[in-house]
Amino acid sequence: MRVALFITCISDSLTPEVGRSTVEVLERLGHEVVFPPEQTCCGQMHLNSGYREEADRLGERFMRIFDGFDTIVAPSSSCVGTMRELHPELHGRLFEFSELLVTRLGVTDVGASFPHRVAYHATCHSLRLTAIGDAPLRLLDAVAGLERVELSEERECCGFGGTFAIENADTSTAMVIDKCAEIAASGAGVVTAVDSSCLMQIGGRLSREGAAVRTMHLAEILNQTAA
Amino acid sequence: MSGSRELILERVRRALADAPLAPESPRDYRRAGTLSPVARTELFYERVCDYRAEARRVRAGELPVAITEVFAARGAQRVCVPNDIASEWRVDGVNFVDDEELSWEELDHIDGVLTGCTLAIAETGTIVLSAGAGEGRRAITLIPDLHVCVIEERQIVETVPEAMTLLTELGAQRRPLTFISGPSATSDIELNRVEGVHGPRNLVVLIEESA
Amino acid sequence: MSATARPFPEAAHDALRDAQLRSNLFVATQTIRDKRNQVVGELSDWEELREAGRAIKADVLANLDRYLLQFEQAVADAGGQVHWAADAGEANQVVLDVARAHGVTELVKVKSLTTDEIGLNAALEAGGVSAIETDLAELILQLGGDWSSHILVPAIHRNRTEIRDIFRATIADDALSDDPGELAEASRTYLRERFLTARMAVSGANFGVAETGTVCVVESEGNGRMCTTLPPVLVTILGIEKLIPSFADLEVFLQLLPRSSTGERMNPYTSLWTGVNAADGPQEFHVVLLDAGRTNALADTVGRQALHCIRCSACLNVCPVYSRTGGQAYGSIYPGPIGAILTPLLYGVEHAPTLPFASSLCGACYEVCPVKIDIPSVLLHLRAKAVESAGKPSLTMAAAGWLFGGRRRFAAAQRLGRLAQRPLIRAGKIRRLPPPLDAWTRTRDLRPLAGESFREWWERRG
Repeated sequence: MRVALFITCISDSLTPEVGRSTVEVLERLGHEVVFPPEQTCCGQMHLNSGYREEADRLGERFMRIFDGFDTIVAPSSSCVGTMRELHPELHGRLFEFSELLVTRLGVTDVGASFPHRVAYHATCHSLRLTAIGDAPLRLLDAVAGLERVELSEERECCGFGGTFAIENADTSTAMVIDKCAEIAASGAGVVTAVDSSCLMQIGGRLSREGAAVRTMHLAEILNQTAA
Repeated sequence: MSGSRELILERVRRALADAPLAPESPRDYRRAGTLSPVARTELFYERVCDYRAEARRVRAGELPVAITEVFAARGAQRVCVPNDIASEWRVDGVNFVDDEELSWEELDHIDGVLTGCTLAIAETGTIVLSAGAGEGRRAITLIPDLHVCVIEERQIVETVPEAMTLLTELGAQRRPLTFISGPSATSDIELNRVEGVHGPRNLVVLIEESA
Repeated sequence: MSATARPFPEAAHDALRDAQLRSNLFVATQTIRDKRNQVVGELSDWEELREAGRAIKADVLANLDRYLLQFEQAVADAGGQVHWAADAGEANQVVLDVARAHGVTELVKVKSLTTDEIGLNAALEAGGVSAIETDLAELILQLGGDWSSHILVPAIHRNRTEIRDIFRATIADDALSDDPGELAEASRTYLRERFLTARMAVSGANFGVAETGTVCVVESEGNGRMCTTLPPVLVTILGIEKLIPSFADLEVFLQLLPRSSTGERMNPYTSLWTGVNAADGPQEFHVVLLDAGRTNALADTVGRQALHCIRCSACLNVCPVYSRTGGQAYGSIYPGPIGAILTPLLYGVEHAPTLPFASSLCGACYEVCPVKIDIPSVLLHLRAKAVESAGKPSLTMAAAGWLFGGRRRFAAAQRLGRLAQRPLIRAGKIRRLPPPLDAWTRTRDLRPLAGESFREWWERRG
């Protein structure tokens, strides 16, 4: 299958390894990935900050750039969910990465191997906006050697929330401190999620606390092979 | 405020200038229950007990004995009743005081109250009073600290929608209605449930099997 | 609502430092959340009930003028008196006038957010009438000179020792312990005499039935029954959005409300009355239909769904922001997610410009709302209105919008950012940034921009 990649502005700039892993996993499974180079941002930051016009402009730009692609993937439930809300015609065309694998391509075992103890943080938008269900868990459970551990408040927000993390930094911090405590209590060595933004928040706090736990996007874990 | 009525209506109509659509509300929720009468009574019994009210199942014809026991066990001697309760409920050994417009002060010095009810809801463990026969006015089931309520098994419905339909069929919508689910309670202090604040602290429900 | 409430981030900053508050809130919200989940889980038709609740409320709003007139007629037919109040001042004046007509200088009150909203107690006090709160939590607040932090459990921020001290200083002697049963008993004793002798009561209401003129009050302690049954004169303040079309509609809301609110299958007491009944209850009944901003909210086509709210407080208990900051940080009578939309809708977003931003948009509120208010969407809508009303759009946002407008600009910005961040990187992390981004780095590290962006990698790969 030919899949167009929407990398998202955050992954493009801060976590390019997430994009590389997305590409490599899909290619390993025999799919063709294309990257329309004109793409930048879906406009979610503007939308969430009250800049509706700019958001609409960026949304329209996205629609033009990805016009003509039947299957689009993005390694972010947040961007996918927002775009699908604003442009309902994207349902069935634009997929979050794990959703594409499990729901659209029917794959759960991507041949990955990752012998570590991993906690999965279900991000708010993956739960409630994009509703990807248990797709990430099914993928993780098929990874060779991976031991999955549960977080106690598995449905609770990490406190990122876009500009919320800056404008309401105290509340955002209180939330991520609690999240990091849950992660520590879980005994995980790695915490994973399907959104780089939430991982930036959790990882930023873990790093400040000097914790030994690493953050990895789900695509990165799925790109680890035994060889 | 005389001008305010027109002002508010005018504001409402202006606010609705976009003429929002409101299609008929879907009613796909459960209306009728599915339990057998025996299971329904059992459910009602359990749910009342969950509220830490006392519930007792009484065989047909044994109600007077049960009433005597309940009041004796609590040392209740002077018990208020609506004038029109069944004569067999007026058991010996209890001093029944008919509610001839008793004052609040008088009701405050009474040991308990005995009433019937209009219906009961199994799913929620609720009894419903509608100031009907054998139920009295609202104050008598409110001021005394002990309320003993008799319910006949056949008065129990399973669901809330069944209860509302029955109240409508009985023409009780405009009567004073009180839904009671367990004794008065508060959780205002550190969410600790404390039974009994202002309403009766003791609720006893006697479920009389239908003959 | 004071128009000068502190900005949310500032008020939250203080609340978050209060360890006692944090732990009380955590226990409370967690407990109610669990209870709610359990009793909601018992109903196989919960989603159908939610949809019915939403649709009934949408119908009420779409035909509000008609339902108001129908309700007015039905109450009058049943011997009640209907008043209309365009704002708080008018509503308070009605109550004061009724009190004066009967020479009443002290009345009893049922817990009511609506009367808190219009500042009834203060207005009565100024008019020489004292109002006694009879809900245990409201009494604690009133005696302590404090204000509410939760819709359902207003004194959630007070622990038992604090409550004991308040009672000792006001209504009880020093023998009083901090046992919750004993504290409740103290309030019972204090209030009983007042219930039995009160000549007038004021209540809010959960629902008003347009078809029959019936008013419904849902409660736990029995103080609602006391107030609506014993005093000979009763005044009920009813927000115009509290109407429901028919008596039968109660079958939906009497299932949705208690399960969402206290996590009970049914609350201990629900009282319903219609006008005046010659043999039972108050012989004079007034109902005040209150606007006070509700028609502002109604005029907002996106925001009007906030008027569906049945004040259950389920959204507070699941909110990760509320459960950490508590209600007082919101600076409004209605706190939590619903307060963050309702307050700006009622009073204008310019009076509460930080509230729509007091959310991480996690969506937990929408998920539990029994009448399906899409709070995240309304928050987004109000954020746009807040930006518009501020009149000075942020330069950062404008700049970002421009940068994202073309790939070359965007790629250039990535390269520029890489250069600019160099002096800030220590051991692969950014630990300090200048304002406003220091709000991030005060408590969190930041990953630097990658040495090679994804798009550069893609090009290099060919």
